[in-house]
Amino acid sequence: MMLKRDKKEEEDGGNPFNNLEKSSVLQEARIFNETPINPRRCGHILTKILYLINQGETIGATEATEAFFAMTKLFQSKDTTLRRLVYLGIKEMSKIANDVIIVTSSLMKDMTGKEDQFRGPSIRALCSITDHMMLQSIERYMKQAIVDKVSAVSSAALVSSLHLSHVSQEVTKRWVNEAQEAVNSDNMMVQYHALGLLYHIRKKDKLAVNKLVSKFSKHSLRSPYAYCLLIRIASKLIEEEDAGSESPMFDFIENCLRHKNEMVIYEAAHAIVNMKNTTAKDLAPAVSVLQLFCGSPKPTLRFAAVRTLNKVAMKHPAAVTACNLDLESLITDVNRSIATLAITTLLKTGNESSVDRLMKQISSFMSEISDEFKIVVVHAIRSLCAKFPRKHNVLMTFLSSMLRDEGGFDYKRAIVDCIITVIEENPEAKEAGLAHLCEFIEDCEHTVLATRILHLLGREGPRTPSPSKYIRFIYNRVILENAAVRAAAVSAIAKFGAHCDELLPSCVVLLERCQLDTDDEVRDRATFYVSILKQQQKSLNSAYILNGLQVSVVGLERAVHNYTLEPSETPFDLKSVPLATQTMTEQKTVTSRDTGDMGMTKTVDKPVASRVDVYAEQLSAVPELANLGPLFRSSQPVELTESETEYVVQCIKHTFSHYLVFQFDCTNTLNDQLLENVSVHMDGSDGFEVMKYINCSNLPYDKPGTTYTLVRLPEEPTSVTGTFTCTLKFIVKDCDPNTGEPDDEGYEDEYVLEDVEVNVADHVQKVIKANFGASWEEVGPENELEDTYALSSMSTLEEAVKNIIQYLGMQPCERSDKVPEGKSSHTLYLAGVFRGGHDALVRAKLALTDDSGVTMQLTVRSTDPNVSEVLATAIA
Amino acid sequence: MFISVTCSLFSGGFLSYFSGFFGNKERRILILGLDGAGKTTILYRLQVGEVVTTIPTIGFNVETVAYKNLKFQVWDLGGQTSIRPYWRCYYSNTDAIIYVVDSMDRDRIGISKQELVSMLEEDELKKAILVVFANKQDIEGAMTVSEVTSALGLTALKNRKYQIFKTSAIKGEGLDEAMEWLSNTVLQPK
Repeated sequence: MMLKRDKKEEEDGGNPFNNLEKSSVLQEARIFNETPINPRRCGHILTKILYLINQGETIGATEATEAFFAMTKLFQSKDTTLRRLVYLGIKEMSKIANDVIIVTSSLMKDMTGKEDQFRGPSIRALCSITDHMMLQSIERYMKQAIVDKVSAVSSAALVSSLHLSHVSQEVTKRWVNEAQEAVNSDNMMVQYHALGLLYHIRKKDKLAVNKLVSKFSKHSLRSPYAYCLLIRIASKLIEEEDAGSESPMFDFIENCLRHKNEMVIYEAAHAIVNMKNTTAKDLAPAVSVLQLFCGSPKPTLRFAAVRTLNKVAMKHPAAVTACNLDLESLITDVNRSIATLAITTLLKTGNESSVDRLMKQISSFMSEISDEFKIVVVHAIRSLCAKFPRKHNVLMTFLSSMLRDEGGFDYKRAIVDCIITVIEENPEAKEAGLAHLCEFIEDCEHTVLATRILHLLGREGPRTPSPSKYIRFIYNRVILENAAVRAAAVSAIAKFGAHCDELLPSCVVLLERCQLDTDDEVRDRATFYVSILKQQQKSLNSAYILNGLQVSVVGLERAVHNYTLEPSETPFDLKSVPLATQTMTEQKTVTSRDTGDMGMTKTVDKPVASRVDVYAEQLSAVPELANLGPLFRSSQPVELTESETEYVVQCIKHTFSHYLVFQFDCTNTLNDQLLENVSVHMDGSDGFEVMKYINCSNLPYDKPGTTYTLVRLPEEPTSVTGTFTCTLKFIVKDCDPNTGEPDDEGYEDEYVLEDVEVNVADHVQKVIKANFGASWEEVGPENELEDTYALSSMSTLEEAVKNIIQYLGMQPCERSDKVPEGKSSHTLYLAGVFRGGHDALVRAKLALTDDSGVTMQLTVRSTDPNVSEVLATAIA
Repeated sequence: MFISVTCSLFSGGFLSYFSGFFGNKERRILILGLDGAGKTTILYRLQVGEVVTTIPTIGFNVETVAYKNLKFQVWDLGGQTSIRPYWRCYYSNTDAIIYVVDSMDRDRIGISKQELVSMLEEDELKKAILVVFANKQDIEGAMTVSEVTSALGLTALKNRKYQIFKTSAIKGEGLDEAMEWLSNTVLQPK
């Protein structure tokens, strides 16, 4: 009995607001309507409502409106605590209740009233209920409040203006004079907030921001917060202008390293070490400031310094080496976060011999640090593995023991990611890594991780020396786990059966058992795999089990949708679906490499649709280009002009089955000209025929416009490359640079652009074949071509590999794009799909010769003889 | 029959005893009327005795007004068309309504009447006392009290304690008499 109660108290955690129920709290709120008001009781109920909203409880508009209007009755009370809670309530409910403008007058009275305690909060509440229409009516009061003597009022008005500027930039712009006045305030916060507002008003105008920074960097600000903000603005400017240490902004930031306030010094150091174009000399003063902080008695400063150094160590390990001694002394810091960061920094900067010692140190307190820092450790191990591949044994063991410990999803995912990367980069670590992962999925509560590992086992397991040992681990999943994991396990088993002949009979037996599963997906997969495996055909195994579909999912969805909209006799053609362009591995490297975060860096959103899908949508919106069939490939943009010229033109090549569309993105950088009827005339290669120009009707200053040129591909299937000369043609109308008004009369003019090349790569789409050998057998030797070339201009195998990939535009498989160190021969495997949907595979055996550079034996297989010919002759 | 009489007697006696003892029990008053009638000016004239500059009320103002030994909690609700629908949110527990009419605004006296009539139909206001202020009497050519009375159709009111006063909020005329009547009427047993 006692025990039970203890436990209950423990769970409640002493929080009086635990287990609140929304409906009963809203019921209680009705007493707001009663007179006289009981401030204590009403305050308590209002607190409950605020608590619920902040816990993420959703309150419907009707309920919220009812509670809101009841709350307005509380304005009759003079109780200060209750009134301030009401302001909070208004702010929180302003977005969920209707008709919140009902409190406008009351708030306007409070913001101008005598009670200073009410003024700031009422400004904030008022701004939260004010929309675009009402803004005008409170403008005068806001202007007064910004320059109010009371700092809390002024700050509240400034910060609220900042929020309001999202509603209406136009109105808040008119408050710039008041903000200017507020910057001169003696109060630290007011000065900081005023600077923030000024910057926000001007931030679109680069010149004005420049002036702002240079003005305030000279006349010294009192507020350290304002200084920090100014440093951030300055470093953002440097980043945007791609300037380095020669910029006057940099001088300002560097001067801040000698400021008397520690916060400012740190901000400056942080800004400098995160800049892109810095030399060792530029970094030195910033790093030495951080080094000094490492020895500070204040834990916050030590933490800030070591955390920043940790990030810097990724980009500039050499610069951080100077701090190694100071970092060593932090290893035993009582604050575990500081110690962790110190060790992981040392791991990044140290040499191979210190790895063992540091790993031992870190494992002594691994259990005491939070998940967040454990992830930092994992990332450090990951970069260590890349740096010292020979240490994989120590590191792998460490990772596997971390996997066994308690930890949240993000932590486990980081470890799994790390092991997978190591396996992919270091073949020697593969078996040990797979073994650790097998052990992990035996007791893994995260479906996402389990399916991912099963997929990896299916890909890598069959090609290890003893594939049979993985089957047990995989089949255990079928018996023990949820449907998603079981389905993944079924796929993995099928891959073993498809790849290893000796395991085939047992795999079929296992899969046949899975046909009795309770889940549809699992049964479907098992049935599908069993019937394919029983055919015992290499080509079927490759196409349907080992390598799978290569299409873009978004594209497939759209294509199938269109097909269902327009019923037709012909069956759905999978070849009309755009291919998946980004391979999994490419995406991963993009997301996992975050370089030190600045206060203001923008986050890059993951693309939902691939580039081709986006372009396909855009092109199909142009009526003249709508009927060219499915878009096969879009090239990366190529600049056809120097960057600082009158007109800037970029070209993107879109490949269709029988046509090429050249998309020219043009920008007019002359503010005294308006261009009309802009087109790009192309002239060139035999067989290519220009069909149509789609003009850009007008191109005003600094507003990008697009024109297209449609070209038909030659009839002859093997002539695919060519060079085009391009000329930009247009009608110029001169404009008044002040008003932007164009003249009525224009004249024709033209502008010569750089040539556009069409290469073999423009006709090829990359696809990754997880099992190249299987695909090679699948395509077969029917259209095989083979030739030997001497690549005399290449001096290393890496260079040859890079050039071949670039020239053919195909996807390297089996990690064959990485040439092992110290080898004199290498085989490169490339996979792709040629325009028209023909599979194409290339095997290039490269050997380094002493006198004549690199020798290459090129073998091409394809489902179409012409494609084989095009690819085989492409290199020559 | 017998029981009900004693009850009412008892409750009446109890109330008057109460109000004498706790003379500061707050009474709730609403000031309503079309926009620009002078409601906010009246509120602050009553509260601080001065004329303040006002802007159109978006929402409401609420103040405590002391008259003699009585305390009133006075709600001045905005009169713009867009705000009028919200009046009803503030009807409950109301002891008295001050309905303000701009005596110069002959064009909209009809609308004013409609608003008054539909408001008085509300259940929550059944027992509320009505005081009509024929405001802006300081301006030459204003409607007289009897003109306003007939324009609003006050004589047709049944089961309602009401009175109309000619007032000028700017000059402070008529307000005292109205408040005097209001205080006395509020204190009478219902």
